[in-house]
Amino acid sequence: MIEAAFVTFLVGLLGATLRVATPLLFATIGELYTERSGVLNLGIEGIMFLGAFVGFAIAAKSAEAELAGYLWLGLGGAIVVGLIMGLLMAFFSVTLGVNQHVAGLGITLLSTGLALFGFRMIFGQSSVLPSIEPFAQLSIFGDLPILGPIFEQYLLTYVAFIVLLPLAWWLLYRTNYGLELRSVGENPEAADAAGVNVFRVRYITLALGAALMAIGGAFLSLAQLGAFSPGIIAGRGWVCIALVIFAKWDPIRAMWGALLFGGVFALQLRLQLLDLVDIPFEFFLALPYLVTIAALALAGRNVAYPGAYLKAYRRE
Amino acid sequence: MSFKIERIPAPLWARPLIPLMAIVLTFVLTATLILLANANPLDAYYYFLIDPLSSRVSAIEVLVKATPLLLTGAAVTFAFVGGYWNIGVEGQLYAGATAATAIGIHMQNVSAWIAIPLMLIGGFVAGMLWALVPALMKVKLAIDEVVTTLLLNSVALFMVSALLNGPWRNPISQWPQSPDIAATAIFPKLIPRSRLHLGFILALVIIVILWFVLTKTAFGLKMRAVGLSPHAAQFAGINVQQTMLISALVSGGIGGIAGVSEIAGIHYHLIDAISPGYGYTGIIIATLGTLNAWGVALAALFIGLIDTGAQTVSRALGVPTYLGDVIQAALLLVTLGMLLLQRYRITRTRSES
Repeated sequence: MIEAAFVTFLVGLLGATLRVATPLLFATIGELYTERSGVLNLGIEGIMFLGAFVGFAIAAKSAEAELAGYLWLGLGGAIVVGLIMGLLMAFFSVTLGVNQHVAGLGITLLSTGLALFGFRMIFGQSSVLPSIEPFAQLSIFGDLPILGPIFEQYLLTYVAFIVLLPLAWWLLYRTNYGLELRSVGENPEAADAAGVNVFRVRYITLALGAALMAIGGAFLSLAQLGAFSPGIIAGRGWVCIALVIFAKWDPIRAMWGALLFGGVFALQLRLQLLDLVDIPFEFFLALPYLVTIAALALAGRNVAYPGAYLKAYRRE
Repeated sequence: MSFKIERIPAPLWARPLIPLMAIVLTFVLTATLILLANANPLDAYYYFLIDPLSSRVSAIEVLVKATPLLLTGAAVTFAFVGGYWNIGVEGQLYAGATAATAIGIHMQNVSAWIAIPLMLIGGFVAGMLWALVPALMKVKLAIDEVVTTLLLNSVALFMVSALLNGPWRNPISQWPQSPDIAATAIFPKLIPRSRLHLGFILALVIIVILWFVLTKTAFGLKMRAVGLSPHAAQFAGINVQQTMLISALVSGGIGGIAGVSEIAGIHYHLIDAISPGYGYTGIIIATLGTLNAWGVALAALFIGLIDTGAQTVSRALGVPTYLGDVIQAALLLVTLGMLLLQRYRITRTRSES
């Protein structure tokens, strides 16, 4: 009996781990690409938030108008707003070359403010949170005994792990664009001399990266929750900033980081419900941050930041 | 005809005009949102900028709102001038607020002359300690402080939440809210029947100290040298590590004082929403104030006005208060872009064809 209960617990935990890791994987890959091109985008937290809001708002209004693919319209809207915010960040960090920390935080504050403003404008101040019928979970191997529930996931989760991740790896290490991207992030002067358009590569990368961040946010509102609330992102963007460093700027390691965080988060939720341990659950929530800081301290001077990290490029 | 960017510094008299131009441009840009909310932008700007100053009560409220902003703005400035990108003032504020609460709830039967200085010292030290690890990692291991200070903000929030759900949970209401601090630990009010408290005076004193240290002391000169170019400063014989460490720790300490001020002046107990992001707003203020003490003071008062005005606009015209947040963020980005005019100039050139 106890063994059966334990297996159920474990299967549930694994399924939840994949769900929690999905938005993190989208946004972490987005930030990873951005940083590989030499730009730190601290706008990530706000862009995820804005993506979650725009996705939800468009989906909710389209559902009201009885449009069939309302969730996909929402997702498309989130991607567009992500691209726009990425281009805005590129304007400040690439064209103007201002301080990236401050510009990124500015993007986060602006995106957050715009999303909350829009939410209040469109949905008013009702006590009941508006909601939509979210994406359904696919059950590809649903008939599988015992392990079935692990595969009951959203399409976007499958996309993240089976499409996005191999694609991100291939694009970065096996294509001309990936080579250009890495070269402008390591040594923009040399890349420029070799005929790479540094500005164009960074613009494209920042826009793509921010679109992925927005998808990560929209996953929460369109799939996992079917609703939008001011606390929907709750620091997940900052977790992704930590995961990129933890992953040493490599997509595959980023996946392991996202799964590790997803696992700890899902376990923490279950332990909280079981009320078995005396450790405050906040300790588990703080763990990924503390682990990243410790990892940075241990790696010390050997942390291999991209060569042109935080440096604006100007042709003199 | 085409445009060319030249590297020419703006004349000194023009520099204070840049933040003013940024404010005007920001208001023009955000007018779109006000129109979307079916309100007249000019009416909205009246309620934002003039109406809060037209009555005594709301003018005092502007100063109340400016109090934590003066402190976080000063904290950010102290670090940024020294070339240390402290994004962790929010966490340092929470550390200071936690220390102030821990001390304040045990100050029953203790004179205010002892309780208040103890809380201030405790908050300052707590803020410094919260800033210590990233600062050491920066100066000893050359690890980028932006990410580490930022991550510790979230850790501070979790710490406060753990305290409020654990040992400090209110036993009666079960709300995540600490017990109240002792009556003697509460900051005295500056004006009866208002919310303006001792913290405002403290903040002004810290601004004056900031001005003095940055412009009148040898240490301030060292800080500015390190901030401009650590390598050049090293070459000039300045102890870069020590200078940067001190500016990081003092910055954290001032952030801690901001937390003390909110506990002892406004809330009297710890809640997890003690700051709606004052630490991040401090970055807006430091940028808008061009890292100059008087500029920071003006910027904090201006943002305090926007915060108060956002509520007036919302009441009068039905525009969501979040418009104030959008204006602040847009102002940060616009200022950041326009500050380039200090160093570059766009000139028109006739094309040769």
